[in-house]
Amino acid sequence: MDINRIKQVSETEWMAHPHGTMRVPGVIFADEVLIREMDDKVYEQMVNVATLPGIVKASYVMPDGHWGYGFPIGGVAAFDPNEGGIISGGGVGFDISCGVRCLLSQQTRDDVEKVKEALAHQLSRSIPAGMGRGGRLTFSLSELDEMLMGGAKWAIAQGYGEQADLMRIEEHGCMNGAQPYEVSDKAKKRQQDEMGTLGSGNHYLEVQEVTEIYQDKIADAFGLSLGQIVICIHCGSRGLGHQIGTEFLRDMALKAEEYKIKLPDRELACAPINSPLGQRYLGAMRAGINCALANRQIITHLLREVWDLTFPEKSSLNLLYDVSHNTCKVEDYLVDGKLKELYIHRKGATRAFGPGHPSLPPLLQKTGQPVFIGGSMGTVSYVLAGMKGAEARSFNSSCHGAGRALSRHQALRQWQGKQLIKDLEDQGILIRSPSYRGVAEEAPLAYKDVTAVVNVSEKAGLSTKIAKLVPLICIKG
Amino acid sequence: MKHAKEKWELFSHKADMGIRGFGSSFEKAFEQGGLALMGVLMDPAQVTLQTSIRISCSAPTMDMLFYDWINELIYEMARQHLVFGQYHVKINEVQGGDLVLEGEALGETIDVEKHQLAVEIKGATFTELKAEKNELGTCIVQCVVDV
Repeated sequence: MDINRIKQVSETEWMAHPHGTMRVPGVIFADEVLIREMDDKVYEQMVNVATLPGIVKASYVMPDGHWGYGFPIGGVAAFDPNEGGIISGGGVGFDISCGVRCLLSQQTRDDVEKVKEALAHQLSRSIPAGMGRGGRLTFSLSELDEMLMGGAKWAIAQGYGEQADLMRIEEHGCMNGAQPYEVSDKAKKRQQDEMGTLGSGNHYLEVQEVTEIYQDKIADAFGLSLGQIVICIHCGSRGLGHQIGTEFLRDMALKAEEYKIKLPDRELACAPINSPLGQRYLGAMRAGINCALANRQIITHLLREVWDLTFPEKSSLNLLYDVSHNTCKVEDYLVDGKLKELYIHRKGATRAFGPGHPSLPPLLQKTGQPVFIGGSMGTVSYVLAGMKGAEARSFNSSCHGAGRALSRHQALRQWQGKQLIKDLEDQGILIRSPSYRGVAEEAPLAYKDVTAVVNVSEKAGLSTKIAKLVPLICIKG
Repeated sequence: MKHAKEKWELFSHKADMGIRGFGSSFEKAFEQGGLALMGVLMDPAQVTLQTSIRISCSAPTMDMLFYDWINELIYEMARQHLVFGQYHVKINEVQGGDLVLEGEALGETIDVEKHQLAVEIKGATFTELKAEKNELGTCIVQCVVDV
């Protein structure tokens, strides 16, 4: 990014003052290295978002910001319904409620090394990944309607998981306000055999070792210890979410003129929150959130079955937390001394409530919310925690991952899947994927340095580092 | 026989992939665009034409019709676990100005081992979405697909 277009406010904050049709400033959290690496398109997209009706305070970009459809990935924007604020499908993303959950095992690296091959094999057999792999479960349309209302709560009632899991999931496992009847039959049919599947692209299930602890007290409260094995699951609302995104993007683009919204980019298609179309999208999007929560819950169940078989004597896998990074949620914030109910779009950005936030369960009140930052096959991941003060800085938002440095084309030219799998195996990381080409496209070096992103997030006061995780097994779509 | 103007290609995009079809008519360009969609996943020439499905959609503009056509194909691929190797497309303008597409997609059920599909395609997008005729009379349709 050309840094002459923005003004450096602090070591980790850059600002684009309102100009043209911008209603608020643009704010990017990054250091000079990250900002120079960012695409100029990120600047344009941040500016475009700042022109949308009802936006409050600023159009934000997290340290992992990169080009997205309409909104940048890593984009955060709050809208006030009483000021004509909008809701945008492009501000949520196609993969509604894509997110990460982390489970805590009682195993150490040595325990896993003894059974590593067999465990990787069993996980890849039990948890479907990749294109063309339907799940082991099939649901009727009426069962899916119940799932869309109930989320992880529904999944647990069906026997996929434990009641205790619910306290460790955002919204306690069930997003209120879901309206399954606003989700098309097409979207539901696309999902009928996709529950409990990872999908492809950058989605994964990873068995990881905790190799570094940065803050003992919080790590202890999270149940994390050095040498411990944890499992992270990264996926979203699968075909159903994609179909909702596709259909509403089209409807919103065609209706923009009627709502007198000038779109600088068609991908910014949106509708006023207080409009029939805005309300329909909200109901469908919330149903999509429940789909993602239920999906990750079922995958957790499949994982626990494998763990039971592999480690029968110490098989418990407690959920640390489940966080989404593609959502729009209603949250209260003080703006100019007034408490306002705002619609917070986080696209490729993680909600990161600080200590004491009323939405957190009692066990996490002192620590702040766990935030998971996924690496990319072979690179490290991080557990962070929400910080006090992020409320005013970024509407309690933090980064979500590394972000691509190279396109899929460039990655394909540079790496071969088969060789990559062998190289990673030599480093002690087992990759299991149905597609060599898919692995090549997701090569670790095709992504930016996740450590740099996390360090800036901490320095900027968005979230604080708790633990580093190194992958041992990666099940990839 | 394949017309010299008919071809497809992929174009690079930061995170995802662009698909482009060329044809002597928009109908032919749509067919080539469908092959480009398959090209994101695998070589469409390797698909055995064993099964056929009907697809219909309508839109107010040609570019939006291409967006719909590609999304219909993505839907059928996901829903029925199919890959396609050939298409037949007819486009008509109906009263009121809407464009109506009636199409056929021929292909086979996905065989994970045989097809080695690279990624799953989430949907067509408005990014780089175009349907236009160039100065040589070649119809070009394109968009970026989210993967």
